[in-house]
Amino acid sequence: MGVYRDSRVLAGIAGLAAVGLLIGGAFAGLISEALDDWSGAASAFDSYLFRITRFTLWQALLSTLLSVAPAILVARALARHPVFWGRSFILRLFALPLAVPAIVASLGILALLGRAGIFADALAWLTGEPWQGIYGLSGILVAHVFFNLPLATRFLLHALETVPTDQWRLAAQLGMGPRTTFRLIEWPVMRAALPGVAGLIFMLCITSFTIVLTLGGGPRATTLEVAIYQALRFDFDPARAVALTALQIALTVVVVILLVRAGADMVADANMPVARRRPNMARGPETFFNALVILVALAFVAGPFVSTIISGVQADLVRLASDPAVHRATLTSLGLAFIAAALSLLLSLSLTMARSAMERSRGRTASPSFLERLFDTGAGFVLVVPPVVVGAGWFILLIDSGSVFSVAPVMVVTVNAVMAMPFAIRAIRPAWDGAAERHDRLCASLGISGVNRLRLIDWPSIRRPAFTAFAFAMALSLGDLGVIALFGSDEVKTLPYLLFERMGSYRTADAAGIALFLGIVCLALMMLVDRTRRSA
Amino acid sequence: MSGASIELRNLVFSYDETRMEFDLSVPASSVIAIMGPSGSGKTTLLNLIAGFEKPGCGKVLIDGGDVTGLEPAERPVSMVFQENNLFAHLTVEDNVGLGRSPSLRLTDADRADIARALGQTGLAGKERRLPSELSGGERQRVALSRVLVRDRPVLLLDEPFASLGPALRREMLALVRQLHFDHGMTILMVTHHPEDAQLIADRIAFIEAGRIVAFEDTTTMFSRAAPDAFRAYIGA
Repeated sequence: MGVYRDSRVLAGIAGLAAVGLLIGGAFAGLISEALDDWSGAASAFDSYLFRITRFTLWQALLSTLLSVAPAILVARALARHPVFWGRSFILRLFALPLAVPAIVASLGILALLGRAGIFADALAWLTGEPWQGIYGLSGILVAHVFFNLPLATRFLLHALETVPTDQWRLAAQLGMGPRTTFRLIEWPVMRAALPGVAGLIFMLCITSFTIVLTLGGGPRATTLEVAIYQALRFDFDPARAVALTALQIALTVVVVILLVRAGADMVADANMPVARRRPNMARGPETFFNALVILVALAFVAGPFVSTIISGVQADLVRLASDPAVHRATLTSLGLAFIAAALSLLLSLSLTMARSAMERSRGRTASPSFLERLFDTGAGFVLVVPPVVVGAGWFILLIDSGSVFSVAPVMVVTVNAVMAMPFAIRAIRPAWDGAAERHDRLCASLGISGVNRLRLIDWPSIRRPAFTAFAFAMALSLGDLGVIALFGSDEVKTLPYLLFERMGSYRTADAAGIALFLGIVCLALMMLVDRTRRSA
Repeated sequence: MSGASIELRNLVFSYDETRMEFDLSVPASSVIAIMGPSGSGKTTLLNLIAGFEKPGCGKVLIDGGDVTGLEPAERPVSMVFQENNLFAHLTVEDNVGLGRSPSLRLTDADRADIARALGQTGLAGKERRLPSELSGGERQRVALSRVLVRDRPVLLLDEPFASLGPALRREMLALVRQLHFDHGMTILMVTHHPEDAQLIADRIAFIEAGRIVAFEDTTTMFSRAAPDAFRAYIGA
């Protein structure tokens, strides 16, 4: 087959091999440990593990419900008021949690609702007893809803905006009230989107690590991911880690299969829904209700941002700015995130170009080959193996070699690069495929191929989305705590790791200051993305 | 540049349920209009000659040589599409220059040729523009300039002026006729408009359901002697 000699396909195969090596190495570590200590792994399946699993599922279920149900109201309210002052600000704000590192959000929520938080006095007065702070299940739920309510809202609003303008006009002309409109027009499109949205959020919540690590309290509020981390870093019990990891993978696989069955969109992206011109539907009392819904959601999402800023500026920023540990961590973070983003972009490009080349070289009616399908969905399935799981596998593989902590930079870079791939691919693929559609015949007839084509034709067409993918991948890896929590040491510390350390040693003001800094860096990256996207 | 003859021998192409069979012999330097209903296989015919589609069996001969196994860029053929003839991020000059060097490494002689071609198509002074800064007609002129710079003996036109208004379309056809007069390349042009064919074509090939059912002089085709199917198609 000539297509296998195409350099684009070869690049894709190399990309897949790299991803396969990373995931395969993790599995090799897990399997070899399981074979070495079979009884140890088997005996780890005890009642404690059962309790953790139950808690993992329970918090994910509650988080999903608490995110999706209000999101239905918020999305509907936003859809029924396509034009009002501040609407686009709200939509932009709702896209921000995607870019905020989980540890920054956790700290923001603690600054708001923690024992010494901004609302502590008010809450103590309300409950009539000293406020104990929001830890455990309630803390986890608040954080998960902070991240996922805006996500669900944007997905559902997007679904609502697929309703043609003429249908809204027709509804207005026929005199449909809010209830009838909801039942006949709004609910059907939202219901179609719900399984996917809820599934995605459920998935994000069962693999959530940082939030549970920082807000979960003790053995009663621990998930599988955090238990893996504890088994490796504190108990030195790889056999238990293997059992936990196997269970985590089994859970995610089941959820992903159900999701794919439901036709879900597995990747959240930072695209903003664009309102088309349509009449303002709501009247009188409904407007009041909608305004209330939107304001409450706004306060909920904006709260942690505001408290991060307030507690951040109260920190001794001048001292922090001259703290060599902060300097080192900043340089380490920026360096590793930059390399991770570059690697992620490279891998994503290789898969995207290979898929497109294979699709266009086969006949219109021929079905895609197995390899093409791998290029297509392969990267999406890395979502099944969360960073902590991959990290755990390699940790166990390398534990005997004594070099576990020296590979920290490599692990942080590669795992984050691969984890950002689904997002990066989603950003570059439409532009790449569109360019291929426009240029393939012309390039073939002019004999433009290989490096010439990449340099003259393909790169200029995808430069902007490639930049988007790069910045997004960089923001994701900047904020990651999962891999570095396993591999971090005094030698290699990233900003989130340093932040977590200061939090753990009760230097809360320091932590708040670093959180503000980290949050600003990630948001700046996302704003850069937003600007290039809009000027495109 | 001068023309080359084209011969399609028992060319069979099929996809899905559709099967097309082409036999055609076009003398060098002639201008042929290809007409027929939508989906009859006009574009497929051009794609087979250009090498974008590979036939199931049969041969494509250009200037007597078998080109069936050659890649599109290796064939002595240039093609102008209805749209997407230009790379949106490259200037007019670069777009034309790609016809000379696929890596855009151009000598001074190349640049002089490009300037001359742009002059011939009435684009002098617009070298540094981007396609987005040109009108639809001007964009197709850029594509024709590249055809001149590429200097291939066969030119395939796949409804290149279909999206232009009537006056502009006539103007562009006049330009094609002028280029043919100057360079003598063999031209195959797909069109839906009988007046286009009357304006520049020596002969008309009428395609129906994947077969060339008539191939006659333009005057014959627009007379009472034309086949009934063609008369029905143009509504005569």
